[in-house]
Amino acid sequence: MAAIVRAHGIHKHFGALHVLRGVDLEVAERELVFVIGPSGSGKSTLLRCLNRLEEPSGGRIEVDGIDMLDRRTDINRARQRIGMVFQSFNLYPHMTALGNVALALRQVLKLPRGEAEGRARAALERVGLADRAGHYPGQLSGGQQQRVAIARAVALEPRVMLFDEPTSALDPELVGGVLQAMRELRESGMTMVVVSHEMGFARAAADRVVFMDHGLVVEQGAPEAVFGAPREERTRAFIRQIDRH
Amino acid sequence: MTGWERFADSFLNARVAAEYLPKIVEGFGLTVVLALCIIAAGLAAGLALAVVRSLGVRPLNWLIIFAVDLFRALPPLVVIALFYFGLPAAGLSLSGFAAAWLALSLVLMAFSEEIFWAGITAVPKGQWEAARSTGLGFLPTLRLVVLPQALRITIPPLTNRTIAITKNTALASVVAVPEILGAAQAGVSFGFNPTPLTLGAAAYLVLFLPVVVLGRWIETRFAWKR
Ligand SMILES: Nc1ncnc2c1ncn2[C@@H]1O[C@H](COP(=O)(O)OP(=O)(O)O)[C@@H](O)[C@H]1O
Ligand SMILES: [Mg+2]
Repeated sequence: MAAIVRAHGIHKHFGALHVLRGVDLEVAERELVFVIGPSGSGKSTLLRCLNRLEEPSGGRIEVDGIDMLDRRTDINRARQRIGMVFQSFNLYPHMTALGNVALALRQVLKLPRGEAEGRARAALERVGLADRAGHYPGQLSGGQQQRVAIARAVALEPRVMLFDEPTSALDPELVGGVLQAMRELRESGMTMVVVSHEMGFARAAADRVVFMDHGLVVEQGAPEAVFGAPREERTRAFIRQIDRH
Repeated sequence: MTGWERFADSFLNARVAAEYLPKIVEGFGLTVVLALCIIAAGLAAGLALAVVRSLGVRPLNWLIIFAVDLFRALPPLVVIALFYFGLPAAGLSLSGFAAAWLALSLVLMAFSEEIFWAGITAVPKGQWEAARSTGLGFLPTLRLVVLPQALRITIPPLTNRTIAITKNTALASVVAVPEILGAAQAGVSFGFNPTPLTLGAAAYLVLFLPVVVLGRWIETRFAWKR
């Protein structure tokens, strides 16, 4: 199958800190890749390099055939094809849920207001929040905010969605709704890269699990393989640790 | 004459008040015009500088910080005097009104730039990242996502600072602008009675009390649910 994401030899330095030390990641169309690893191993940095929120220090990144690191690439156009969901939701507090979703539809896709709002409503409906369209982020629960954030990204019909610990900031009882929205997205055939500690979700939904440590991919494979019979000692130690929680 | 009568004769003299009221009213009009010109130019320039600063071009930012610190350090009266008395020596002659307008606009620009900048930097980085990740460019993100949030936080300090600097229009009397204080002082010297000053104070109250109240209203209006 065609790869949507091809990242090769990604390096990232923050000053003297060598955070990514040659990471390769390929994600096939409709694949859900789950990225795990200890805190500080570089998972967020890797995701953020993929849509160039961080500038990699070296390597090659292609997303949907677009060379992300080429100076001539129109980065704003390229980012339309890459949805991102953040740990802290990052909804615009001065706009309603509908306004949050419609903003890029109007400004980036240049849709007329009516069409943008129609599409925004449809996206909110997909995450089960049609009745919250007029609410401001401050009037929504964390779980609802994160679903709006998912709708905001999905409304642009990206080719791949990046999730950076989408449920880590949520109270446990709100995690389910967000995972449900992600599951439905997956079933609709969306290509996804998910950084998360939700092992249950990984076991149920992931095609492949990638374990990172110290800026390198240590091990990867099917969820049963990585979780059930990890080859590397570091992977075993990490999985033991999170299974205790 | 009792003390109160003497005081009333000096500061609340009806005959003098009636004589100089028209001048004070003219001065009031001039103060309003001068203040509005200062606010428009000062805030626009301050916002423009803050936006340029957010582009993050090093040498440009040093220049901005230098200009801002300069006009925050100099007493406004010194800036006005410099423009009015100093510029003619450089072959550029400004009217008292123009000198006061330019000087106070630059002072307001300096202070408001700092406030706008503080507002912009107070908006969490995640707001930029969320907008940029959907393909919005730098300027649309600034305009539609960051500035609306920044402006809300800046409105209380900005209102206070704007009122404080606008009150400096009284300094224009030094460079012969017949705004409220200038008109009142002229009245005092011609009428040999300080009642015009009382009128002047009343005129300032009439002008600035509503502004202060408006500032309060704007503050509550712009508080929104997080
Ligand atoms: N903007 C930054 N500046 C400096 N160091 C950073 C920055 N972002 C991340 N780091 C560092 O890079 C390392 C990897 O961070 P991150 O990618 O967030 O790890 P993870 O998401 O796996 O927890 C950490 O040591 C972190 O402190
Ligand atoms: Mg992280």
